[in-house]
Amino acid sequence: MREISSGTIQEAVYRAISRMSYHCDSKVTLALSEALNTETNELARDALQSILQNHKLSPETSIPLCQDTGSTVVFAEIGAHFHLTGQSLPELINAAVRRAQKDCPLRASTVADPLFERNNRGDNTPAIIHIEYVEGDKIRLLIAQKGGGAENMSFMKMLSPALGAEGIIDFVCEGVLAAGSRPCPPLILGIGIGSNFEGAPLLAKKALFEPFGRAHPDLRYRQMESEITKRINTLGCGVQGFGGSCTVLATHILQAPCHIASLPVAVNLQCHAHRHSEVII
Amino acid sequence: MKDFRISLPLSSAEISYLHPNDKVLLSGTVYTARDEAHKRMIAMLKEGVQLPFELSETAIFYCGPSPAAAGMICGAIGPTTSSRMDPFTPELLKAGLRVMIGKGERSPETEQEIKAAGALYLIAIGGISAVLSQSIVSCETFLWESLGAEAVFKMELKDFPCYVGIV
Ligand code: SF4
Repeated sequence: MREISSGTIQEAVYRAISRMSYHCDSKVTLALSEALNTETNELARDALQSILQNHKLSPETSIPLCQDTGSTVVFAEIGAHFHLTGQSLPELINAAVRRAQKDCPLRASTVADPLFERNNRGDNTPAIIHIEYVEGDKIRLLIAQKGGGAENMSFMKMLSPALGAEGIIDFVCEGVLAAGSRPCPPLILGIGIGSNFEGAPLLAKKALFEPFGRAHPDLRYRQMESEITKRINTLGCGVQGFGGSCTVLATHILQAPCHIASLPVAVNLQCHAHRHSEVII
Repeated sequence: MKDFRISLPLSSAEISYLHPNDKVLLSGTVYTARDEAHKRMIAMLKEGVQLPFELSETAIFYCGPSPAAAGMICGAIGPTTSSRMDPFTPELLKAGLRVMIGKGERSPETEQEIKAAGALYLIAIGGISAVLSQSIVSCETFLWESLGAEAVFKMELKDFPCYVGIV
């Protein structure tokens, strides 16, 4: 059994949240500069230049990448031989969230009750945490600061298995196009196919943590990924809805077994302010 | 794409000079309002209470800034999704509102209302807060401080970059 104190992990989570609020994934920055090289729409180019400038200015000025500094989402994979001492995992994550909110400072964006009063909790807790148990003696934390705009335009449906790959591609493209400029394109699409009613959205969210722009190991899914990206970029609303050919930067699919009667599909939209990171201890 | 430098308050003539997709560098005093502040403003208007600022002379910026770090003028500034404010917009247009800043499309009905009122909807880019913050001269909580990011902030803009969405 490998013992690690909760303080060590709290510190790592705190640093990850603080860092990602000002530093965009360098692969996303690169994809945006490549898009600028090929984009011909004048407004879209202007917007892309501003986004790239923001990536440079944010760490320099210590002003967060986006005013919606997001809600914290954590996928924790805990090794069977890993033992946490001190605080529980949710306690230490929420302590890190609270500290980052105060120190950075980040925007307090969580209300206590979703319907009545909607009083702001003031500290961004609770983080949304998913725990899995795996082999080994390490802990792996996938952490995201997820903004509300792109999250609001995400969608899922229980499709009929008869619709197949083509049906899924249509469903995804229609949904993304209908979202228009609200989720702040250029986007990264996380798509979950299979599992069940709650499983597909989890897969979709997890797909956003796949290394940016990675190709799916299964050729058939890889073709779907590139077909979705291509089709949306041909028909798409473009950077911030200004038109042009850059609505989607990358599409990541994750799939899982499902019931014989089902074909759940979920699409989690991620805006260009892609704040995510991985901590392994 | 044409660039225009404009300052609030805007006259009808200045508004009518603009076209969709023009780039605008906006200066002047604006007030932020999101969902909850809109609800409260509408409630005030319904009760016949005057708003503490002249709607026709300013702009409503759909924005919830992040807190300013010590020694900074403001934190992260940027637009939120405007369509959430669509249900409140006709009332505010009636009360004199002429300029709105936010992100994303408006409903077809709201678009009609904005055009009919001779008003202007400006689009700011989401997710470029460090860039936009360079155009903020001052930022202070103005109303309903307990709402946190959803409070009304009074902001002084200087050459704030945005684009004409609806006019
Ligand atoms: S969708 Fe993303 S970039 Fe747009 S405002 Fe929300 S967090 Fe910021």
